[in-house]
Order: sequence, then structure tokens, then C-alpha cells
Amino acid sequence: MDIKSMKSYLYWLYCQFELITCSYLMEPWEKVLFYTFNISMLVMVLYTAYIFIPVHLSTAFQFFLHLFGNQHENTVSIVK
Amino acid sequence: LNHIVHNGGLYKRPFNEAFEETPMLVAVLTYVGYGVLTLFGYLRDFMRQWKIEKCQNATEREEQKDFVPLYQDFENFYNRNLYMRIRDSWNRPICSVPGAKVDMMERVSHDYNWTFTYTGRVIKDIINMGSYNYLGFAQKAGACQEAAARVLSQYGAGVCSTRQEMGNFDKHEELEKLVARFLGVESAMAYGMGFATNSMNIPALVGKGCLILSDELNHASLVLGARLSGATIRIFKHNNMQSLEKLLKDAIVHGQPRTRRPWKKILILVEGIYSMEGSIVRLPEVIALKKKYKSYLYLDEAHSIGALGPNGRGVVDYFGLSPEDVDVMMGTFTKSFGAAGGYIGGKKELIDYLRTHSHSAVYATSMSPPVVEQIITSMKCIMGEDGTTVGKARVQQLAENTRYFRRRLKEMGFIIYGNEDSPVVPLMLYMPAKIGAFGREMLKRNIGVVVVGFPATPIIESRARFCLSAAHTKEMLDTALKEINEVGDLLQLKYSRHRLVPLLDRPFDETTYEETED
Repeated sequence: MDIKSMKSYLYWLYCQFELITCSYLMEPWEKVLFYTFNISMLVMVLYTAYIFIPVHLSTAFQFFLHLFGNQHENTVSIVK
Repeated sequence: LNHIVHNGGLYKRPFNEAFEETPMLVAVLTYVGYGVLTLFGYLRDFMRQWKIEKCQNATEREEQKDFVPLYQDFENFYNRNLYMRIRDSWNRPICSVPGAKVDMMERVSHDYNWTFTYTGRVIKDIINMGSYNYLGFAQKAGACQEAAARVLSQYGAGVCSTRQEMGNFDKHEELEKLVARFLGVESAMAYGMGFATNSMNIPALVGKGCLILSDELNHASLVLGARLSGATIRIFKHNNMQSLEKLLKDAIVHGQPRTRRPWKKILILVEGIYSMEGSIVRLPEVIALKKKYKSYLYLDEAHSIGALGPNGRGVVDYFGLSPEDVDVMMGTFTKSFGAAGGYIGGKKELIDYLRTHSHSAVYATSMSPPVVEQIITSMKCIMGEDGTTVGKARVQQLAENTRYFRRRLKEMGFIIYGNEDSPVVPLMLYMPAKIGAFGREMLKRNIGVVVVGFPATPIIESRARFCLSAAHTKEMLDTALKEINEVGDLLQLKYSRHRLVPLLDRPFDETTYEETED
């Protein structure tokens, strides 16, 4: 039962996507072209995110750690 | 319930008009949709140019390819790339009388709307929400039809002449006297075509050296008539009295542009009900302005005659004003009277002048006698002179249907434009794919609606326009509302955020131009 309502909900979402991007009005070959373009763009963005985001995050984390770490050392020295 | 009126007590009843603002997300997504379609339009044009795809629309001949291109402007681009995709919602062939229910011939297209073929099946009893059948006089049986059949057997169908030559029947004289009595004016004249009434008579009334102040959203016939006349045209914002007053003040103070002479005539062109917005003109204020600045008023009651007012006499009756305040009362018989043609009513000198100087009177064939009889019978029915209360009942039924339908649609959460009392109900769709989807889905559920997009409306504000009728029973309206609710959920059309403030009578100042407030 749940699978059925889930499926119909997903189908409804797909219909909304079709209506908003006007692929409801396109001929089948235009739809194929449009979806291929969209999916390839999406896959490229996701792949780029997968490759680069961990590297960027760890670099940013190290940078901020270095910044605050240094400050901490400085304040400690002044108080002494 | 004490209704406080400002504007010096000009309005005797509340004036509730609202135009909810387009939600930002919806506007952005609409542009996205149009952007995608435009890109694909360019792709298809490229393919047609390089002969990869067969070109099915009109193009220049091979020998004329070096001439100035004819089909490269935006209108033609829109036509072959956007309009063609959803063309099946328009020009649907009807094969019965367009009353409350109508029969339609089924057609399919195998090449994406470039050509249509009939399957041979007739779809019966479609609820008709698109015909301008406000009082339900589009009937094939009844008193009007019998009278028209009698006159047809007496006079025939053709007139074969213009009004000035041999086409002036006693039926026309009888009709004009009746129209004058119906409107409460001294005299009236009837023409064979409503569009031609506007476009051919405004040039007879104004000319060069006159000023025309025309509403932003006036009908094409008024715009054409104004342009043909040669007068200077200035446009004021839709139904906005501050804008109109500013234009009037400027006109009186500065006069004609170069010579600074006073204008010969100032004519204000407004409509009773604007059919794309469903709004009603602010007639008491327009008349007050007209009297203050000594100008003339031309009121086009194409949609409001018969449909508004407690006696069905139009927007003048609705506001409780005197018909003598309006200089030229124009209207059509197409909508509420179930016939064809238009009329102009006013003072006797004006109508006598138009009889000799109007292009329509001199060159156009006069009305066909059965059509005249249909108008006479339906008008007598509305006035109650045929001895029954059918007319009064119909006017009241239309008012009830209007209020009920509009209230239910607003409760469901759709964005509905216009005044609460106007029988024209525009429901906003916005996105181009939803225009086609709405028309098709409603037809699948046996309801015929009219959807409108560019160029009749601004490009993102496409809408579905319902025209209510006194012939719609409550059951029909309930069925229609149920289906509209379903389709609204299916297509996600319930954009309203219930933030609108009804346009109550409050004093406007220069800063409050918007209809809604936060």
C-alpha cells in the first residue's frame, strides 16, 4: 500500500516537473534531448561535488583551526 | 452593517475588486518554462532552415528568400514554436447550440497540432463554461426561437442593402425604439457587427485636434476605432482614477502639444466589464471626473449589458446612476441577448448625426431580420414586457451563480481576478504548459473552458476564463467546481496565499497605487 502511494506521489512529482519545464509540450525526441542534457549536467555537478567538497572542507577546516590555534597561543603568551 | 463610503458617497454599494499579485516563485518558474521553450524554438527553426526537418508553416517562396523577411518577428516565432504546441485548445468545432451544455466534434492530431483529423465521434453534453451566454438566451427552443422562425418565414434571411439605401426595415425601427427604452436614452441605433460598431463610429465622433483618453486594457475594437479617427490618444492605468484625473488636468492646462490650443473634444473610452480581467469600471468616479473637467464619456457595455444590475440594464443600472450622464452608450447584442450586432444609444442629435456620418450606417449591410427578432424578444423578456417573470428570474440567477462560483473558487485557493459581481471569472494559470494541460484535462472531464495566453494577456499572466450563465444550474456548477478542484490539485494551480485585501472604498492618496496592502 505504501509503495503504491509512494509511486503515485513520485509520478505526480514527475508530472509537476514536466509542467514547469514545459517538457509536457515537447515531442518525444525533444524530451530525450532535454532529459539527456539535464541528467548529464546533474551527474557532472554531483561528481564534481563528490570529488572536490571533501578536499575543500578539510582545507577550510585546517585554515580556521590554524587561525584560531594561533590566536589562542598569542593570548596565552600575553597573559603570561 | 454600516458600510462607510468615502469619495463623497459616490458608491451606494461596496466595490470589491482584487488582483492578487503573482507569487515570485511562480513568476520565476514561468520565465524558466518560456526560456526552455524559446531555446527549443530556436533549435527547431535551425532545423527547418537547414532542411533537417520538414517545414510546415508559412514561409516565403524560394524566389523571395532575398527579400525583406516576413516571418522573423517575435509574433511569428511565438506562433510556430509555442502556439502550435497547444493549438488544440482553440477553434474547437461545436455542433450544437452553445447553451449551458454543448456537443463537440472530437478531433485528433498525428503531427503535433499541425493538422487535425476528425475521428467522427461527437462528444455530447460538455458543460459550456466559455460561451458569452450570460442570460441563457442561446436556445434552440422557446419564445425567442419561435419568434425568430416566424420572422424568417416572413422576411427571409438576407437584407441585401445598407441602412441608408434599401435595408431599413420596420423591424430595425422597432428594435431601435425598444433599445432606447431599455437603456433609458432618447434614441439608439443598431449595427450588424459589434466590432464594427466601435471601430466605425469612433472616427465619426472624434477627429484630429481631439483627445482620446483610453483605458490601458481596452478592447481591440476601441483601440482600432481610436487609431482610425486620427485623434491624439493617451492611455491611463487600468481603472485608476488618479491616473485619469492627472491626464485630464494636463490636457486642460497644456492643451494641444505644439500650438497649445484647447482640445476640441476630450473623449474618455471605458468598458463596462473588462473581459480579460473581470473588473468593472468605476463609473461613479468617471462620471464625476467627466463633469468636473467637461469631457465626454464613451461607455462600451459589451459584456455588462444584461449581465449587471438588478434589472439587467447594465453597469449604469448596477451603480444606480442616470443614463443621461453617459454621452455615448455602446453595447453589443452578442453576449446577453444571444444574437449578433451592436448598438449605440444617446441623445437624439447624436444618433441622427451618426445615422448620416457613420461608416457602418453608410456602407455596412444592416442586421438580418431573424436576428433582430431574437433581440426584440429577448429584450422584452428581460424587461418583463412579455408578461412573464422569466427575464427577472434569469438576471437574479446569473447574479447568484456569479457570487457562488467566485466564492467557491476563492475558497479552494485559486487566484481569481476581478470584481466580485462580474460574471467573467479569470483563473490564473501563469505557466505555458499548464495552459495546454488545463484545456485538455478539462475536456477529458467533459467541461469546455477557454484558456487565454499571449498576446491577449501579458506573457506571464495566462489564464482560464470562465463565463457564467443563467442557464447553468447549481448541479452543473457543482460538477464543474469539483472537476476544477481535481484539475487544480493535479496541476498545482492553487497559488493563492489569501493575502489579498478586498478593495474597499477608502481615500486614495498619491502614495497608495497598489490594490493590496501588507
